[in-house]
Amino acid sequence: MANSNGNRNTLTDEDASKLSGRRIEAIVIGASAGGIRALMLLLGKLPAHFRVPIIIVLHMPDTRESRLAEVFQHHTAMTVTMAEDKERISPGTIYFAGPGYHLSIERERCFSLSCEEPLHYSRPSIDFLMSSAADAYGASLAGILLTGANQDGAEGMAGIHNNGGLTIVQDPAEAEMAFMPQAALDLFTPDFIMPLEQIQHLIFRLEKS
Amino acid sequence: MNNPTSIEIELKLLIEAIYLKYSYDFRDYAGASQKRRILHAMTQMHCESISELQAKVLHDPDTFMELLQYLTIPTTEMFRDPEYFLALREQVVPFLKTYPSLKIWIAGCSTGEELYSMAILLKEEGLLERSIIYATDINPHSLDKAKKGIFSLERVRGYTANYQAAGGKQSFSDYYTAAYDSVLFDRSLCENVSFADHSLATDSVFSETHLICCRNVMIYFNHALQERALGLFHESLCHRGFLGLGSKESIDFSGHANHFEPLVKSQRIYRKC
Repeated sequence: MANSNGNRNTLTDEDASKLSGRRIEAIVIGASAGGIRALMLLLGKLPAHFRVPIIIVLHMPDTRESRLAEVFQHHTAMTVTMAEDKERISPGTIYFAGPGYHLSIERERCFSLSCEEPLHYSRPSIDFLMSSAADAYGASLAGILLTGANQDGAEGMAGIHNNGGLTIVQDPAEAEMAFMPQAALDLFTPDFIMPLEQIQHLIFRLEKS
Repeated sequence: MNNPTSIEIELKLLIEAIYLKYSYDFRDYAGASQKRRILHAMTQMHCESISELQAKVLHDPDTFMELLQYLTIPTTEMFRDPEYFLALREQVVPFLKTYPSLKIWIAGCSTGEELYSMAILLKEEGLLERSIIYATDINPHSLDKAKKGIFSLERVRGYTANYQAAGGKQSFSDYYTAAYDSVLFDRSLCENVSFADHSLATDSVFSETHLICCRNVMIYFNHALQERALGLFHESLCHRGFLGLGSKESIDFSGHANHFEPLVKSQRIYRKC
C-alpha cells in the first residue's frame, strides 16, 4: 500500500520494511512545471557528504544553454554539474541533463547523450533517463517523480518499478502541477506517494538503508 | 552489475547477426539508446520479439535496410548551434583561406543538413570552389537523401533564424527553390562533394583532410569506438588541421586529448597538435 499520511518525519513500520536490505546506488528524479521550487526544497538540505549520486531531468525551454547547475549549486552542499557524454557517474554528485539532448545511463555506469526526436515534446525526456537507469541499476535504483503538466516520466517510473527499483511519486494533491505525478499513478502503484517534505526525509534514509 | 536479461541477450545476438551477415558493426554503440531504438523498430516492424526481428533480418536484406533506418539517427537541423558555425566562419576560415585547395570531411553526414550548412558557409567565404568535401555515412538511404538535397519547406523555414545567427550573408532562401511542401537546394553547392559509404567502426582513413566535422555522431558510440573514431580523425588531418565536434562532445577524457588543442573550446573546435 502506498503511504500518503500526514506523519511528517517518521516512516511507518510497513514503509521502513520497503527500504530494509535495499542498497541504493543512484537516485533519478524527473520534474517539469513547478520543478525548480520542488527541487530546491528536496536538495537544499542534503549534506556535502551525501554519497548517492542524483541524476535529474527537469524540463526547461530549449535554450541550448543551461545554468541549472550554477543555480542549484548555490542551494546545496553537494557538487552540482551538467551531465557530459561518457562521463563516469561519481558518488556525491548531482547531475542535471542539459537542454537539447536526451540523457541515458549505460550499464557501465556512465552517461550517454542523444539527439533523437523529443519524447512527449521533451528533450531531455524523463522516460529516456529513467528507463535506461532502470536497466543499468535494477533494484538498486530509486526513482522520484515530482510536479509537472506532462505525462513524461510515467512510463520510466513504471520501468523502474518493473525492474525492482524503489519508486516515489509526489502526492498529486500537494504538487504544484498534479498531471505528471497523477499520470504515473494511473499506470502503476509506486512504493511511496508522499508530499515533498517526506520525500526529503526519505532521501536521507536511502543512503543509510 | 546485474546478470543480462533475456532482452539484453537478444539485443546482443541481433547486433552480432547484423555484423556477421551484413558487416555493419553496431557492437560498440552506446547500449541504452540503441536498445530503445531496436525496441521501437520491433514494434513498428510488427515483431513480437527481438529474436523474431533477428530471424527476419537474417533472411531478408530489405528488412535489414528497414531496420538500419532505426539504428542510425538522422540529423535534426541545419546550422544547429549557430554559434559553432559562427566560430568556424570567424576563427577557422581565416586559416583555411591560406590553403590553395581544401579537403573537408563531414563524417556521419546523415541526410545532409550539416553538409549543406557547411557548403553554404564555404560559398559565402569564397572557398567552395577550391574545396573537395567528403560526405560519408553508413546509411545508403541517408546518403541518397543528402545527394538529392530535398528537404521539407516547413523545416527549412525554421532553419532561417539559425542561418542568420550563424553569420549568414545572404537571404537563406537564395540557396533553395521551393515547390509545394519541399525545397530543393542549389545543385552547385554539391558540385565538389564526394558522397561515400564509410564506417567509423570498420573502415580506415581514405584521404588527408584540413577540416573534419563530426557532430553528434560519436555520442552514439561507446568509449572504445569513440577512441577509434578520434584516431581516424587524427590520422586523416593534416598538420595543424581542424576538428569540429557537437556542442556536448569533448575529447578531454579521451586518450587523444593530448593530440588536439582547443581552438574555440566553448564550440568544441579543436586543432591537431
